[in-house]
Amino acid sequence: MTSSSVTRTPAGSARAAVEVRLEGLSRHYGPVVALDHLDLTLQPGELIALLGPSGCGKTTTLRLLAGLEDADTGRVIVGGKDITRVSAAKRDMGMVFQAYSLFPHMTVRQNVAFGLRLRKVSSAQRDKRAIEMLDLVGLSAQADRYPHQLSGGQQQRVALARALAIEPQVLLLDEPLSALDAKVRAQLRDEIRRIQLEVGITTLFVTHDQEEALAIADRVGVMKDGRLEQLAPPTEVYSRPGTSFVAEFVGLSNRLAGEVRGGEVHVRGCTLPLVEKDVPDGPVVALVRPEAVSMASHGPDSGSGPLIGTVIAITFLGATSRVTVDLGDTTVLAQLPTSDATSLSAGSRVALAIRPDPVLVSADSDPTAPATGEEA
Amino acid sequence: MAAVTSVGETPAPTAASRPRGMHVRRQRRLNVFRYVVFTVFGLFFLLPLLAMLRFSLEGSKLGTWSLSAWKEIASYQNTGVPPLLSAIEVTLELAVITSVVTLVLLVPTMIWIRLRVQWLERTVEFLCTLPLTIPAIVLVVGIGPIYNRIQHYSVSALMLFWIYVILALPYAYRALAAGLGAIDVKTLSEAARSLGASWFTVMVRVIAPNMRQAILNALLLTFALVLGEFTIAYLLLYNDVLQPELFAINRNTPNAGVIFSTSFAALLFAFALLLILSYAGRSRRGRG
Amino acid sequence: MAVAATTETGARPARAGRRLSVPSWAGTVPFFAYVTVFLLWPTAIVVVDSLKNPSGSWAFANITKLADPLVRGYFIGSVKLCLLSSVFGAVFGAILAYAVAIGNPDGLIRRLYIAVSGVLAQFGGVTLAFAFLVLIGPVGLLFHASWFYSFPWGITVIYTYFQIPLMVLVFLPAIDGVKVQWREASENLGASAWQYWRYVGGPLLTPAFLGGALLLFANALSAYATAVAWEDQIAYIVPQQIGIALSSEVGLSNVNVADLLALGMIIMMAVVMTGYALLQRRAARWLR
Repeated sequence: MTSSSVTRTPAGSARAAVEVRLEGLSRHYGPVVALDHLDLTLQPGELIALLGPSGCGKTTTLRLLAGLEDADTGRVIVGGKDITRVSAAKRDMGMVFQAYSLFPHMTVRQNVAFGLRLRKVSSAQRDKRAIEMLDLVGLSAQADRYPHQLSGGQQQRVALARALAIEPQVLLLDEPLSALDAKVRAQLRDEIRRIQLEVGITTLFVTHDQEEALAIADRVGVMKDGRLEQLAPPTEVYSRPGTSFVAEFVGLSNRLAGEVRGGEVHVRGCTLPLVEKDVPDGPVVALVRPEAVSMASHGPDSGSGPLIGTVIAITFLGATSRVTVDLGDTTVLAQLPTSDATSLSAGSRVALAIRPDPVLVSADSDPTAPATGEEA
Repeated sequence: MAAVTSVGETPAPTAASRPRGMHVRRQRRLNVFRYVVFTVFGLFFLLPLLAMLRFSLEGSKLGTWSLSAWKEIASYQNTGVPPLLSAIEVTLELAVITSVVTLVLLVPTMIWIRLRVQWLERTVEFLCTLPLTIPAIVLVVGIGPIYNRIQHYSVSALMLFWIYVILALPYAYRALAAGLGAIDVKTLSEAARSLGASWFTVMVRVIAPNMRQAILNALLLTFALVLGEFTIAYLLLYNDVLQPELFAINRNTPNAGVIFSTSFAALLFAFALLLILSYAGRSRRGRG
Repeated sequence: MAVAATTETGARPARAGRRLSVPSWAGTVPFFAYVTVFLLWPTAIVVVDSLKNPSGSWAFANITKLADPLVRGYFIGSVKLCLLSSVFGAVFGAILAYAVAIGNPDGLIRRLYIAVSGVLAQFGGVTLAFAFLVLIGPVGLLFHASWFYSFPWGITVIYTYFQIPLMVLVFLPAIDGVKVQWREASENLGASAWQYWRYVGGPLLTPAFLGGALLLFANALSAYATAVAWEDQIAYIVPQQIGIALSSEVGLSNVNVADLLALGMIIMMAVVMTGYALLQRRAARWLR
């Protein structure tokens, strides 16, 4: 949900959020194509998360936008102005790096005020703004410490404060949480989103962690091999994946052999609607989410059938549990409410059912491969 | 010498594949700068060496060429002065001994300190830099009495290695420190220990192999040092070590060509070794 | 997963059977023992000796001899030479190191120049002096540079010849330690190249640069070998003076003068090394 196009920054000055347009961006390194004619538009005040495996081009996109690298072809347009030829120093963007970006010889306060110092802001003003920013990220007590005296999470917060201090038009975050502990990561993630919404700044967030992307973004862009596979709000990317890559990269998927007939797919005795209506008849592999698989009954007398098998493993995840079931010719992951799973143990016989959610099918690959989707 | 590079940086594309744009212009400016610098300094370093080489190839008349100076390395003889060849031999042996002792002394110590006793690191660095600043003279003057005692056990130029090790410390320390800094010693050692390795195993089979390049560098620097060291040997008047030998030749004979051919050969040798081994120690690093 | 790298007492793994509690710094004993015997003890001997009379009794008044105009003249001469060569060496060495650092970390040029530096930092001896003689001496190959003979110019050039490589060896790791993210972050915040160097790069590298310069100064002070061969300048270099004092025929009575001069040098060293250590601490914290 994008915010209104004019918001007030904590300093009280009105600042209009800008639209960012990337048109036809390409970049190659020798024979390797890092970006292949990428088109991407960020609405004013929107946070888009670029998600994908390493080498997919998400970081390249960010660096091209920041001006740290030059594109081979294409244009970068911010707030209606073409800035493709503008140097990084003049682009008026704030960037948070993965690590190591704070200047070690300056205090926190001096780090945050650095951008303002370059813009010849008076020392009193600088100081005021620096403290404001540090308040925003909750670190004003550490203003006179040096970076090496802070924890990783604190350093990234200072980096964020520093990036925002210059009131940039666009905020860029290059995997800012990847170098942090899991607990700090989750906390900081929500902080960043909160601050981003409060300031209302157009933001591009790069990550390889899908949970992060789904949690904070207005829209998620899944990338592969220099191309955008899908750009949509998190719920849509998750439940209506546009391509099989997206389906398998985001969340877990069961790959089940089936057959399409008359606009529906028949999988292991169930009939499921399709996401894409015009798939030709024939054998396919259906991608079924674990949470769409439920337990119909359990016990030694479950009988036999295509969806009846033996429990191999149970992973307790809190409110839900992930149960791995061996159906004889393939394995299936089911995500069940824990209350259902408590009666199960390794070796139990269960009968499963598949909820009739629309599924994606792909005509390719090995249907007997076990449930996949988790990034290695 | 594998100096430390920053961890986590995105690999920069090589100059050849850069497309047009402002970064290209900056890269081009930097390249011009680099080539100018390398040419200027290259000339500065090269010219005296070339002069030496030219001189060593000079014949009996000015302006002619002759290989006699090089051939003489093997056959040089003069009364009262040991043959040049044996001096070379002794120097080489000395170089090997010094290198080995320096490594044996420094490598375990530095790894151990990095692993277990970090607070000593500054002290060791200081001590290892000290020899650069204390005049060799002082060491000689002070070591005289000690040497006299040790000399009872063995009279040979090879005993010089005790001091050469000290002189090599600054260079070997730097090379090894750079190598140590490039690997995550703490994590590697914790992983190995959790698998049951003893501290000895950790040092010898986990850390040291990852420092191969650095150890080689240290070895070569020490080698070069012994080949070039003059002061101590001269002052202690060990006549059968290479450089003083050259100095003695100078005083005794007009044929300086041999000096130059030998020195040049020594230089070339040390340089080639350093260069070759810098390739041998290269880790198999993939891109990206 | 167990294993912090240090336990409470830092105990070493026990030998089979017996529970031995040895502090972990025990592992560094061999190193410290060696350094003490061959570096610290000789230095101490010299210091103590210089404060004694030839007869062996204490004579702290010896220190006042350092103020003797002749002695002062020698010291001033060598300080002038060392200052000049270290400033030139530091500045040019830094430029060369920068040119090497910004290139391909795996490339040939980098390896070449590091190998060259490793070798040339050592070969400051006889051979180098002769090489320059051959190049620009009276029968020189290039041209006859008569200014070369006036002190301190000729010998400054020679000293600079091996100071530059030493600076490269010492300063290169510092440049490598400057993270690329700092440059990019400052660019992103709006800094031009000049502003980057002024506010970030410069301040970060200054301690390491000054430390390197200090080291060069100390190194020059103790460079003896080169001076020996440069016969006309004998009187102006202090270590040379010591050498003469040592090897003169009137042996014993001169030894204490030699010690005295050595003491003067050591005092200079102490000052320089302290400064160096302090600078190193700062540089290491930021650039490690």
